[in-house]
Amino acid sequence: MSKESFTSAEFYKYLKNEKFMGTCCNECQEVYLPPRPICIKCSSFDMSWTELSGKGKLVSFTSITVGPSFMSEAGFDRKNPYCVGIVALKEGPQVSGQILGVNSKEPETIKIGIPLSLKIMEHGQGNNKKTWLGFNKEE
Amino acid sequence: MSKGKKLGREVAIVGSGMSKFGVFPEMTTRDLFVEAYKDMTHSVDKGFDPEDIEATYISNFSSDIFEGQCHTAPIMADWVGQIPKPATRIENACASGGITLRQGLIAIASGVCDVVLVGGTEKMTNLPTENVTDALAAAGDTLYEVNCGLTFPGLYATMATAHMHKYGTKPESLMRVGIKNHENGALNPKGQFNVSIAALMKSKQEKALNKGTPVPEWEDELAFMKDNAANPVIAWPLRLFDCSPVSDGAGCILLAAGEIARNFTDNPIYIIGTGQGSDHALPERKDLTSLTAVKVAAKQAYEMADVTPDEIDIAEVHDCFTIAEILAIEDLGFFPAGKGPKAIDEGLTRRDGSKPVNASGGLKSKGHPIGASGIGQVVEIWNQLRGEAGPRQVQNVRVGLTHNVGTTGGSGVVHIYERRN
Ligand SMILES: [Zn+2]
Repeated sequence: MSKESFTSAEFYKYLKNEKFMGTCCNECQEVYLPPRPICIKCSSFDMSWTELSGKGKLVSFTSITVGPSFMSEAGFDRKNPYCVGIVALKEGPQVSGQILGVNSKEPETIKIGIPLSLKIMEHGQGNNKKTWLGFNKEE
Repeated sequence: MSKGKKLGREVAIVGSGMSKFGVFPEMTTRDLFVEAYKDMTHSVDKGFDPEDIEATYISNFSSDIFEGQCHTAPIMADWVGQIPKPATRIENACASGGITLRQGLIAIASGVCDVVLVGGTEKMTNLPTENVTDALAAAGDTLYEVNCGLTFPGLYATMATAHMHKYGTKPESLMRVGIKNHENGALNPKGQFNVSIAALMKSKQEKALNKGTPVPEWEDELAFMKDNAANPVIAWPLRLFDCSPVSDGAGCILLAAGEIARNFTDNPIYIIGTGQGSDHALPERKDLTSLTAVKVAAKQAYEMADVTPDEIDIAEVHDCFTIAEILAIEDLGFFPAGKGPKAIDEGLTRRDGSKPVNASGGLKSKGHPIGASGIGQVVEIWNQLRGEAGPRQVQNVRVGLTHNVGTTGGSGVVHIYERRN
């Protein structure tokens, strides 16, 4: 049995080092992101970290004009909306992330199903530094 | 013979009341709850002795964030004279109200109590909007779901986009949900907005006329809803009038065991079905156009009540966003998956339609004081089934349903009610 810890702290530590990690069940091979410490498919506790490709496709999205405070601080507002979507990763899990390289001002033009690849997003300094998932539209 | 689980014994609503929902700068959570409690006491036909209440269950999402007040249940109980009896708070985000009713129901059905007070209360409007947005987002998974800038409207917007993609749903159907609910809400004096969209358009024109600014012209309500100036986008495709407001308010219900219900009233409303479900955070779900927690809850409630969706005469559903009402009427089995928008377009869910939904105005028009919203739904069903809903009364209603959802469907709770007189 693995002695690793499958916490969000570990996930974000990996992410800081540009490693995009999920967990994998050693019994049934199911891959999880968020990184689950228990396999909810077969109930196994025997998990390990696995690196994900960061490749996926857009499942659904929205363009947000009224965002949370950290997004306003990052410069987004009514005139400059940002796109957020749900992304199905190649390895199976679905995650939410900011979607880049699309026209957030004309959401009608954004197509479900477009291929995406990971871009780790950061804003702020020191203790206020925030890290989140972004995905670039692949050409 | 019903296939479902059975309550240990019958439970009935014997009293029900609510505060006005809206914006009340000088009212706290407890002030609102006291107002709802007083309103409830007036509704108990034969009166009751507060001594008879054996336990209090309080629905409250987050007076912690909104008011800096935790541990609210004993305070609410104290303010209505229920010390030293047990008082318990329940928090499942926007589904807190329905789930608190369920806990009160279980307390009586199990035989632990005979008479229970169920309340819901929320004070939201003291915080600036941006902080409210943050507080609401905290009902999502803060580690993995909403940290990328997804807001509460944003989460529902992704469900709307998915529904549009899968079924060809048009924004006009969403707009018609809002128009209908405001039309109903205009007849609800307890609601936050007592104004139909048509009346709102007229008042905006009059205001412009009085100020001497250009008078806006709209062909009809849909044109108003599509006007970016009148109805700006919040999280595309959701606009301002697709979103329920930030509200203050409280509701209060008195529950009694079936065998003593007629000591309080000759017209108790029986709770004949209850169901509750849970789900993963939104991104992990393979289908974004349906809420599993609701489907699970509805199945339990229908089976316990031995009632089919067709037999529901009237429903109050959780329209925190207009798309949520469309998902609700599909997940509850009122209409097939993907056919909700058509039902809305054809007016089937209006008060005079075949399946009246949100006669109260729903959360959209009545208001959405989170912990009180699910209780407010029960108050409406009580009034409707007893024929006491005034100008918005729906005719010939005997079986009612409430549907209450936590955030994007992390929690779902459904109750079914019956009038027997
Ligand atoms: Zn497994």
